[in-house]
Amino acid sequence: MLHTVNKSPFEKNSLETCLRLIDESSSILLIEDGVYGALKNTSVSDSVINAQKTTKIYVLGPDLKARGLDKSSLISNIEVIDYKGFVNLTIENEKIQNWL
Amino acid sequence: MLFGILVNEGPYQHQASDSAYLFAKAAIEEGHKIFRVFFYHDGVNNGTRLATPPQDDRHIPNRWSELAAEHEIDLVLCVAAAQRRGMVDPDEMKRNKKDADNIAEKFRISGLGQLIEAGVQTERLITFGD
Repeated sequence: MLHTVNKSPFEKNSLETCLRLIDESSSILLIEDGVYGALKNTSVSDSVINAQKTTKIYVLGPDLKARGLDKSSLISNIEVIDYKGFVNLTIENEKIQNWL
Repeated sequence: MLFGILVNEGPYQHQASDSAYLFAKAAIEEGHKIFRVFFYHDGVNNGTRLATPPQDDRHIPNRWSELAAEHEIDLVLCVAAAQRRGMVDPDEMKRNKKDADNIAEKFRISGLGQLIEAGVQTERLITFGD
């Protein structure tokens, strides 16, 4: 199942809720302000790193760039993808949960 | 693959409509088809033809109209959400005795059943909102 999270974890707790409900069949894509959840050395990065043990985490590159960020600010092993990659994730996963 | 898209936020206020548009465009470029985009809540404001954004800014309603014309996408505004927000097509203008309509090309107004149908008919339904 693909989960998309579009809120900064410093604004809403949707990423935290999402991380609580995922399992090994889940993938998470951070979009819009959700990309802030991929940053290293924040109050949520430990829980994101912990989730990476079971779950692949992606971040939408154009949204990262629009916020003046790049791969160097991210937790390691988070994959940066474009909209084409977003489309492919929705195809690979039969079910999609969009956390708003 | 056949996609349905739900947009719950208005243009320029939130990134939802931009994300939905860029997703739709990428899906089409990858050879997929968008069956319908359903605009719900403040999302109905994406369907106005009276918007005039600055020339160096993207024209969100026109962008949807053009994409729909080119790729036969059904753009549907929720009727109850549209009535509350003054989004009017020629039929609604007559029905509610208004003096004008304001719906952009390729958009139409219909009921929530169209969202359910999009969920049933398509293989994936993606939601963009706030």
